[in-house]
Amino acid sequence: MFKALGDSALLVELGDKIDIAVNQRVHAFNVLLQAKNIAGIIETVPAYCTLLIHYDPLILTFDQVEFWARDKLTQVDDSLNRTPRQIEVPTRYGGASGPDLETVAASKGISAADVIRIHCRREYLAYMMGFTPGFPYLGTLDERLIMPRLETPRTLVKAGTVAIAGAQTGIYPLDSPGGWHLIGWTPLKLFDPHSDSPFLFAPGDLVKFIPVEDDHA
Amino acid sequence: MLEVMDVSGMVTFQDSGRYGFASFGVPRSGPMDWFAHRAANQLTGNPPNAAVIEIGLGDAVFRARHNCVLAVSGAGYEVQNYIWTFPLWTSFFVRAGWVVHLKRKSGGNWAYLAAAGGFEVDSVLGSRSTYLRGGLGKAIQLGDVLQCGKPSAELMKLAARNFPAEIIMPYGQVPVIEVIAGPQKERFTEEGWQTFLNSEYTLSRSFDRMGYRLEGNPISYSAGADLISEGMTMGSVQVPANGQPIVVMADSPATGGYPKIAHVVKASLPLLAQCEAGVSKIRFKEVTVEEAQEKYRNIYVARKFAT
Repeated sequence: MFKALGDSALLVELGDKIDIAVNQRVHAFNVLLQAKNIAGIIETVPAYCTLLIHYDPLILTFDQVEFWARDKLTQVDDSLNRTPRQIEVPTRYGGASGPDLETVAASKGISAADVIRIHCRREYLAYMMGFTPGFPYLGTLDERLIMPRLETPRTLVKAGTVAIAGAQTGIYPLDSPGGWHLIGWTPLKLFDPHSDSPFLFAPGDLVKFIPVEDDHA
Repeated sequence: MLEVMDVSGMVTFQDSGRYGFASFGVPRSGPMDWFAHRAANQLTGNPPNAAVIEIGLGDAVFRARHNCVLAVSGAGYEVQNYIWTFPLWTSFFVRAGWVVHLKRKSGGNWAYLAAAGGFEVDSVLGSRSTYLRGGLGKAIQLGDVLQCGKPSAELMKLAARNFPAEIIMPYGQVPVIEVIAGPQKERFTEEGWQTFLNSEYTLSRSFDRMGYRLEGNPISYSAGADLISEGMTMGSVQVPANGQPIVVMADSPATGGYPKIAHVVKASLPLLAQCEAGVSKIRFKEVTVEEAQEKYRNIYVARKFAT
């Protein structure tokens, strides 16, 4: 449950699956740790079912951080009252926008239209952010679309590309390498470092994909 | 002030990194070789977080517009100042009008050019580190004029300082890189773990500030290669399904979804960063967290780095 990630980070595992209750516990734990301004604790990174605590090994040892985190974990309050934001994402599916749409359909034994219909029907929770600035990890994906990651990641995926992998769906905010299956593209800007609010999404948002035709996107 | 006369490869400003936005997926960035970055700032009398020019995989030529003191550290480079060739790991006086040339040689990838007073760079999301993929800062280009801040002492007191050879990192192309077992070590077979520790890896030519792809004997899984994404940081050794490890570096994503077999310790990261593609023969050795942290602290003590 408390594991070392190298000599300057501690990984706290609160579960081993993608689950809303576990994820909310991660965020509650994170809020509790952030309320404390402790010398040597650098920053924390909430994920689906883990919290990574970055610390400065010139100031703290692994054991000290573990002791602190273990103690704080007993104080987590699971009852969180929040009203999530809802964000709609216009998405052009298939073709050059989503080059893997047909492959996904073929390997799941359904049509491309089915993939689109299934993907855009659910409202997804932004469980976490990561990979590149502003990248939202959205879930949970319908079981009929679950695919393993690519064996060898692509070296370039275009910004705005909507993709799936495992039980997750997400949107690439920047041109970057990527190991997910690319099914669509959105014109929305997910990350603008010079804006007062640099990130379109925040963890906990609710997100819905809206299919659009080429000339509307 | 320095004028950029010529530049090739990847040349960016880096301070000690961008902290506090990892939960939005913002990489920490900062130098590929933290030791050389620290040393360059120390030689020029700068605070440890001052912005330094990182020169990677190419050459850079500057002309001083004012008298200044510069220092260059790192590996795989030599410095020409006016008509003289200088070793790395020294600070030196540069008269207005002189040309300073950082020349790529062999034996490393990254050099660090510090100026007494530091470079004045706009801060984005709390840091002057450049993260090109994210549009944070921009690469240093031909014709740029780089402003320096106020030196911490008279230039003559800061010039001609040496970093003694015996306290420089043992850079080389046959390094033993120390690692701590990763949080998903149990997902690999015992044979896979032994393969990782007992075989030799080379650095692939497709590498950058984000990650070093290694090539060698594939590492075998006992469980699947998919992981529910979680936080990671520079030094994490990910293994995708093809079994070839990727060590994430300074521009590491804040999170990742490949199992992490191990993590390169801070004391070894500079050695790995300076490994040359297709040349280095890299071996890994397991250490404990306690051993790694002690070694890291000892580096700070021996080099009198400010903490």
